[in-house]
Amino acid sequence: MPVLKSKVDISSETFKANRAGHLAAIAALNEQLELVRAGGGEAYRNRHHARGKLLVHERIELLLDRDAPFLELSSLAAWGTDFTVGASIITGIGVVEGVECMIIAHDPTVKGGTANPYSLKKNLRALQIARENRLPILYLVESGGADLPTQAEIFVPSGNVFRELTQLSSIGITSIALVFGNSTAGGAYVPGMCDYAVLVDQGAKVFLGGPPLVKMATGEEANDEDLGGADMHTRVSGVGDHFAVDELDAIRIGRQIVRDLSWRKLGRGPSEAADAPLYDPEEILGIASADFRVPYDPREILARVVDGSRFSEYKPRYGSSIVTGWASVHGYPVGILANARGVLFSEEAQKATEFILLANQSDTPLLFLHNTTGYMVGTEYEQKGIIKDGAKMINAVANSDVPHISINMSATFGAGNYGMSGRAFDPRFMFAWPNAKLAVMGAAQLAGVLSIVAKQSAESTGRPFDQAADDARRIAIEEQIEREAHPFFISSRLYDDGVIDPRDTRTILGLSLSAAHSAPIEGRRGFGVFRM
Amino acid sequence: MTIKKVLIANRGEIASRVIRTAREMDIATVAVFSDPDAGLPYVAAADEAVHLPGSTPGETYLRGEMIIEAAMRTGADAIHPGYGFLSENADFARACAAAGITFVGPTPEAIDKMGSKVAAKELMAAAGVPVLPGATIADEDDPDENALTAIGAQIGYPLLVKAAFGGGGRGMRIVHSAGELVESISSARREAASAFGNGMVFLERFVESPRHIEVQIFGDTRGTVVHLFERECSIQRRYQKIVEEAPSPAVDPELREQLCKAAVAAGEAIGYVGAGTVEFVLDAQREFFFLEVNTRLQVEHPVTEFITQLDLVRLQLDVAAGKPLPPEAVNATIHGSAIEVRLYAEDVTGGYLPVSGDILTLEFPELPGLRVDAGFASGTTVSTFYDSMLAKVIAGAPTRDQARTLLAAALDETRVHGIITNRDLLVGILREPDFASGAINTSYLDQHSPASLMATLDTAALQVHLLAAALAAQAENRATALVLETLPSGWRNNPSYWQNLAGTVDGEECRVEYLFSHDGLKARVDGAEIEGITLYAATPDSVDIAVGGVRRTATVVRARQAHYVDSPLGATTLLEAERFPDPADAVTPGSLLAPMPGTVVRLEVAVGDKVERGTTILAIEAMKMEHAISAPAAGIVAEIRVVPGQQVDSGALLAVLADDEAAGE
Repeated sequence: MPVLKSKVDISSETFKANRAGHLAAIAALNEQLELVRAGGGEAYRNRHHARGKLLVHERIELLLDRDAPFLELSSLAAWGTDFTVGASIITGIGVVEGVECMIIAHDPTVKGGTANPYSLKKNLRALQIARENRLPILYLVESGGADLPTQAEIFVPSGNVFRELTQLSSIGITSIALVFGNSTAGGAYVPGMCDYAVLVDQGAKVFLGGPPLVKMATGEEANDEDLGGADMHTRVSGVGDHFAVDELDAIRIGRQIVRDLSWRKLGRGPSEAADAPLYDPEEILGIASADFRVPYDPREILARVVDGSRFSEYKPRYGSSIVTGWASVHGYPVGILANARGVLFSEEAQKATEFILLANQSDTPLLFLHNTTGYMVGTEYEQKGIIKDGAKMINAVANSDVPHISINMSATFGAGNYGMSGRAFDPRFMFAWPNAKLAVMGAAQLAGVLSIVAKQSAESTGRPFDQAADDARRIAIEEQIEREAHPFFISSRLYDDGVIDPRDTRTILGLSLSAAHSAPIEGRRGFGVFRM
Repeated sequence: MTIKKVLIANRGEIASRVIRTAREMDIATVAVFSDPDAGLPYVAAADEAVHLPGSTPGETYLRGEMIIEAAMRTGADAIHPGYGFLSENADFARACAAAGITFVGPTPEAIDKMGSKVAAKELMAAAGVPVLPGATIADEDDPDENALTAIGAQIGYPLLVKAAFGGGGRGMRIVHSAGELVESISSARREAASAFGNGMVFLERFVESPRHIEVQIFGDTRGTVVHLFERECSIQRRYQKIVEEAPSPAVDPELREQLCKAAVAAGEAIGYVGAGTVEFVLDAQREFFFLEVNTRLQVEHPVTEFITQLDLVRLQLDVAAGKPLPPEAVNATIHGSAIEVRLYAEDVTGGYLPVSGDILTLEFPELPGLRVDAGFASGTTVSTFYDSMLAKVIAGAPTRDQARTLLAAALDETRVHGIITNRDLLVGILREPDFASGAINTSYLDQHSPASLMATLDTAALQVHLLAAALAAQAENRATALVLETLPSGWRNNPSYWQNLAGTVDGEECRVEYLFSHDGLKARVDGAEIEGITLYAATPDSVDIAVGGVRRTATVVRARQAHYVDSPLGATTLLEAERFPDPADAVTPGSLLAPMPGTVVRLEVAVGDKVERGTTILAIEAMKMEHAISAPAAGIVAEIRVVPGQQVDSGALLAVLADDEAAGE
């Protein structure tokens, strides 16, 4: 297979400036991740420890196999909102007893682990990933239920959690609840719906109504343990399968349950040599433009991501604004579509369409590396039918059945986001680098467009046009769009699965591809590959 | 007469040693083995082997008739007894002769003569060999105070009073002056009478802190008796030699001539045939006294082989076949110097207690001048039934100092895992200035405590070893991962807690934490960050790492929860804590567990008994030693889970003590 040759000058000023820009963005990301880890803050963490309980990350770390990787998902959920960043729940893919599992764990230090609208979205996204990739689910339960002030937004969709759990069970995706603490009212159905339930002695409280509610409803005097303790549920009600003497014991039992699943992945294993790239991934920081408006050659990125820097390019001489070709990441073959110069023309759209069909023919997962400002506009292109070609590409993406993984390296604007398998096209995973932008268009263009429209409107109705007011509005809008196109904002809304350090791209792709291969992989069949 | 096939009536390293020479002489070999020894290297090394069913020496290696039967069955025409077991058993030698089998050793008469210590001493005195002045007081005798004082004056002080039929130090007294004599003798007699049923005691001059010097002699059937110079075996623990050397640094040519002449005289006095050793004590005034004759090949014979360039086993077999001693033995000369150490499986700090168990690794370096006579190999097991010596390591060189440094370095590089040994003590002795200068005597280990001799790792070195253990373990975890095995170790996009490895080293808790980050490897040991780490390579069995600018390679071996780390800094054993202890394995408070595998010999309390702190609950016998299991605190015996005669494994639950109030509820 051909090997990419890097032409980057790592001593150039551009390289240094890009690197500095990325390091600043990574530092900002790490600052937010630290807040996620801090959960409800020092006081609540200490109180939790004082109760002899483990913190959510401690539980997860103990659950995971030693030295195995763990990909935390949607870490920035609820970023920039009134809720704590992370949204009082941790989700991620980790290895337990040699099985890649979806871990969903409440953070009880954040408002008692109660679920707000972002927590719910994050929870449902994790279940969706588990479903699509066929990953067993480990639920680490300790939640006070719904964040009541936001009940209007979450009560109705919350039913999806229970519905998902049972449906997943019906298609052979096991769910295991390890109940460490409160799991009350609606939350009581989580262990109820899971295939396995492990309850921690003196910790788990699994009941529909607690003592005060029971007192109010029927006048009965009851205590926590009788209503929903581990001892009662594993001896009397049968709601729990395993009695755990403490949290560590619950984790031990949870691991044993996974082991006893004798889980087998249904996709094939890595089939290519998984040797490291020939070039240092650290250099990605200097190659990718810190400013999305400056294009760069995605092959330089690929040379630092794919196995052995091997890349077999498809149609290199045609539609050169998108790079397509075959490679492997951690041994998993992939087809890659990477924007080269931002704009997608008709040729690029046609080439991409053909390539997506080819990948479906050979059951090869697709990797979309976004750096696009969208499909080309202008008379010439409209007349040449850019809409038809863009539609072909979007059609192919929408109907492709192989797993898609999307990474927003720098920018993903307009319909280009759709054509490159943006969130609406349900890629198995979507991640963004920490200064990549996502919006319908760039902030300056958007503000400019609104300004022109306003001016035209004023002109057509004969109203005077207040230039000063327009300037102010223009600036305000530009700032708003800039803010909303920020990757933290996008990730906060669960429009992707996380903001990642660009140097981790290879690792995250390897983990995502491996997860995807837990399920069988079969491309779309029906028509042959059209030469567009 | 020629020997065509020899049966070795022994086990372990000496069996292997005899087999080696026999093979060189084109003599076929037969080993005998007990149940626990079936997997030892010597069995495989022999051409044929015969099973002696059972485990204890009494059931196996001491069963002369079974061994002769084995020789008959395999057509062996000679039996080499090695050392210990039947090597100094005259009846066995006679039984061999009766069965028409050559016993490779002296005549039964010579063995008999040397068997009785009192008679041997008289014989030697008659032959002009210097003996310690002494006297015997028979059971029926009742000498008065004046008579005793006269005897004391005649012997000289200090003197030793010991039970004639005793052993193990019971009934033994050291008397420093005439004033203590009468009382010491009467109490020793009382003790001897009650312990051994016979109050006979003998008195002997006591040489304080002597050097132990012995002379190798060899006789043939033609009446020639020669000496092969002396050995010094002063470094002893529990009256057993652990470091031996030849020649002795305390012996000059003049003294050597006197010693060797006396030894040959002793040999000639009993018409000695074969290999024998005449043992002496040498006092500070360079006066020497006869101790005893060992009528066999000694454990420490290799040092003599080194300096004389002779093969003593070959000489034994030749002499047994009736051949005369060759000229090189008759005119032997000293070439250089040799030191031997005995590597034992034992707990030095616990009072040199023998230990048993599985040997994971036993690997010696290969160096010019180094010889290893090992009875065990990696993957074998030290049983509780026999001596726990793993190997003899011998270094020979032109000078004593060269032999000493070679041996210290070789031992340092030796890899022994799975079982604790006296290796660190031996290295410490070899490097200690008094030993280096030759200023040693039999009190050496009283004067130099094991703790002062054994090097301990400093904190920084321990940190490097713990880190190496953790990094090797993670490499193994990654290499054996079922999925995502090519991803970076312990990778996190949101790193919370670092990966960790926790456990104990010498009972002290320790914890290593590490993280592979974009900025390289970060690590903490016991909470302290280790600065300046460069990791060059980490594999499951070795870690190449620089800490503080010094690069070293540590090798790591794991077995169950143990991690064994060796590097130029020394050796560390980390016992990893169970990550998820099964609550079912939790020990009830007050449980008494067997500290080692063994047999319960005695219960001293019954269920319901009230016990004080230190009260002996029961006794376990292991490796011929009795260990009392006593109450760690006052309480009531709630349960006893064993009966006398029961075999127990290490960690087995023996009994449960409840505290007094709980028992009263």
